[in-house]
Amino acid sequence: MRSIERSARTVEEAIAEALQELQVAREDVEVEILDEGSRAFLGLIGGKPARVRVTVRDKREEKAQAVAAFLQGILDRMGIAAKVEHSWQDDDVLRMDIQGEELGLVIGRRGETLDALQYLVSLAANKNGEWIRIILDAEGYRARREETLRNLALRLGERVKRTGRRAVLDPMNAMERRIIHLALQNDAGVETHSEGVAPYRRVIIAPRRNRTERT
Amino acid sequence: MMRELVEYIAKALVEQPDEVQVSQVEGERSLIVELRVAPEDMGKVIGKQGRIAKAIRTVVKAAATKEGKMVHVEIID
Repeated sequence: MRSIERSARTVEEAIAEALQELQVAREDVEVEILDEGSRAFLGLIGGKPARVRVTVRDKREEKAQAVAAFLQGILDRMGIAAKVEHSWQDDDVLRMDIQGEELGLVIGRRGETLDALQYLVSLAANKNGEWIRIILDAEGYRARREETLRNLALRLGERVKRTGRRAVLDPMNAMERRIIHLALQNDAGVETHSEGVAPYRRVIIAPRRNRTERT
Repeated sequence: MMRELVEYIAKALVEQPDEVQVSQVEGERSLIVELRVAPEDMGKVIGKQGRIAKAIRTVVKAAATKEGKMVHVEIID
């Protein structure tokens, strides 16, 4: 976090100098007055310069905290005793983890409630300011689900290669379909694509027709 | 409780939070939560193909299972 100290004849002048130095606007900083300073008697003797510390506000972190507080507010009103921890995964991906006991209610059937919460929180977070992606998890549900889907993809991929017949998966949301595609993207024996319209869109795993083998 | 939950979520989504009004009608086994927003904000609580309204209902339904009641969220225009 960028922070500098400046001295000048008055507090206002010291702030202005610091803003000039940092090249930011007044509303983008926190100002701490270290010394009010005092005027010299009759402008002649004594007098102390004013000193301030000016710190550039971390807007990203402020936003993360506001988003986490919003989610916490929903959980409180749902009557769920839980707390929210957040961390930035990339510059624009904010992960939020709901921690507590008996979070089945927050997750819902096949993550339905967790997805709904994630969607609502994401809408509220992106109402203004820079776009960020929100990933919500509870009790490691997402990680477990990802593992389950990856295993499913690999197992079905093997079956497709063995039988030469395509496999049609259950309907999944975009995030889940992506996990299936990624799990098999380097498998030369199969290809994957999606068919249908959300919420019934599903992944198809099909044998890959290899031209060199066929000729 | 359900009323506060719906109000809290709706206010975060709309442009005119002051125009958000939520009332509830309580029955024996069911509860109807009525949500009203400014006409320009209807899209903000309904969404494309009702996606936002569906998400609100999903969250409310989850919260209501604790109380063992059926909750219907109705968006009034």
